[in-house]
Amino acid sequence: MLTDDEIDRYARHLVLKEIGGQGQMKLKAAKVALVGMGGIGSPAALYLAAAGVGTLGLIDDDEVSLSNLQRQVLFGSKDIGAPKAEAAAVHLDNLNPHCQCRIHRLRLTADNAAEVLGGYDVVLDGCDNFETRLLVNRVCHALKKPLVSAALGRFSGQLATFDGSPCYQCLVPEIPPDAETCERVGVVGALAGIMGSLAALETIKVITGAGETLRGKLLIFDGLDMTSRIVKLAADPTCPVCGVK
Amino acid sequence: MASVSVKNGVKMVKILLNGEEREVTASNLTALIENLGLDGRKVAVERNLEIVPRSTYLATPLNDGDRLEIVHFVGGGN
Repeated sequence: MLTDDEIDRYARHLVLKEIGGQGQMKLKAAKVALVGMGGIGSPAALYLAAAGVGTLGLIDDDEVSLSNLQRQVLFGSKDIGAPKAEAAAVHLDNLNPHCQCRIHRLRLTADNAAEVLGGYDVVLDGCDNFETRLLVNRVCHALKKPLVSAALGRFSGQLATFDGSPCYQCLVPEIPPDAETCERVGVVGALAGIMGSLAALETIKVITGAGETLRGKLLIFDGLDMTSRIVKLAADPTCPVCGVK
Repeated sequence: MASVSVKNGVKMVKILLNGEEREVTASNLTALIENLGLDGRKVAVERNLEIVPRSTYLATPLNDGDRLEIVHFVGGGN
């Protein structure tokens, strides 16, 4: 059941026929893991907490630095030096005390990923490297957890939802060499807001069943041309993660 | 089937690559990536609005009128 405070707080959701009371209850019951509290994780966490997701897992082993604040809008100048997962929890609790934050101040590894992600229903990956993305994909596929995967660099972003086959590894079969990092090639701050918000919207749709998700599809956003397109993802029959064994 | 164009004895395929018309000699996606001088580990190839799994590049022929986009992987999130 929703309390009076929650009914007031989520009024704009409750009038939506695609969400309504039932969808809001699903959001309240949902546990979402956020891999990385950076450019994508920051806005995604804000919108998911505000939306009334009951439990958010905040996974990050990093601390807030000055150069983060150009795009990681969850944090403020006073957070510099603080662990991101802990600082995020403080801000999110202030935004919506109905949202329980679990702090995971760690980096996901092959040893801990299944245990950490196993406690959640949906995983939103906004991490900063391909190695972790491939690991998260393997674990999500093995645990049968839907994975919302968002990435960005420079002016462009990519978003997809994986649930079964095709999986992320069908798209990215191996770690690309000399991968660009935001630190090296830059990223426009507002793009992080767009991709993080799209990832949050996608997660809300996965949880509530509203509309059609990007399962089996890839959304490609180009901020320089201000264009986006959606392409189909074909399953790789030889994929070591989801392919036919 | 579209007519086959031949230049200097080499079969040419007319495709739309990243929105621009191109005539290429590549007969499959592996050859296309090679001819374009791309590192195949860094990109995905979208053919007629579908990302083609890398393991099937060699078996994926290029036909006249195919629309191809090279999608550079983006992995950042920070």
